[in-house]
Amino acid sequence: MKVRIHVSLKPGVLDPQGRAIHHSLEGLGFSGVNDVRAGRLFELDVADSTTDEALDDMCRKLLANMVIENYRIEKVAA
Amino acid sequence: MAFRSAVITFPGSNCDRDMADALEKVSGTPALRVWHGDHDLPEGLDFIALPGGFSYGDYLRCGAIASRSPVMQAVIAAADKGVPVLGVCNGFQVLTESGLLPGALLRNSVIRFVCRDVRLKVENAQSLFTSGYEAGQEIAIPVAHHDGNYFADEETLDRLEGEGRVAFRYMEDVNGSARQIAGVLNAAGNVLGMMPHPERAIEATHGGTDGRALFESAIRGLVGA
Repeated sequence: MKVRIHVSLKPGVLDPQGRAIHHSLEGLGFSGVNDVRAGRLFELDVADSTTDEALDDMCRKLLANMVIENYRIEKVAA
Repeated sequence: MAFRSAVITFPGSNCDRDMADALEKVSGTPALRVWHGDHDLPEGLDFIALPGGFSYGDYLRCGAIASRSPVMQAVIAAADKGVPVLGVCNGFQVLTESGLLPGALLRNSVIRFVCRDVRLKVENAQSLFTSGYEAGQEIAIPVAHHDGNYFADEETLDRLEGEGRVAFRYMEDVNGSARQIAGVLNAAGNVLGMMPHPERAIEATHGGTDGRALFESAIRGLVGA
């Protein structure tokens, strides 16, 4: 089973990288970009028997830092 | 009584020798060296140091992989029993990632790697690590980091301040840290994490000796004067 895990900073957590990317986009002449937030994407290939609970556990214990980040699990159809 | 300390080395640690050297210079006893894959710590430790560096290449998040390594389970158990633990720079990041200290360290707000001496204010001069300073004392300690921007929610920050758990504060905005916090203590006071490097300010040849009192405080507090 293919699973995508999207990790993003919680609202309100300063994102210096996103801000630098935003500046760079503006430097390239793109207008109308209101905000940029940088995140991470993990693509996992896991056993079909892997439970939702186990996936949540992986996110909370390692893939995301729950102090500053949120995560979203997306199961990808084969 | 000899001071029994250990420095943990993770793959990518690069301040472990400096830390061991500082501990030996100040205590007179060589520090034990512990590898990250060890499951057990040496018996009867008085002090554990998590050094600076780039453990696991800063993969995933700074300190994230190191904080899940076998030896950290033993460090967490020792900290819970009251053994003093000092984490400097990457060691501070490992402490927040492991849950021994609250908050997280984000990328510097200025984006750049910051590497220079900074002035700190000693906010709490009564802890195990800071009793050799005076409250409000200004000291100069080097920083060298890319991810030292301390973050915690407002409620946590208020609690830290209220409980005297802000050990050191930058005297200027160095990296965007919330309330210019440079070092924090756990609730029991036996775990300190800080971004500045006290082990790099031990001898006159380092350019300053303001870090020395931190190690002296801990040694005096643990083995007596």
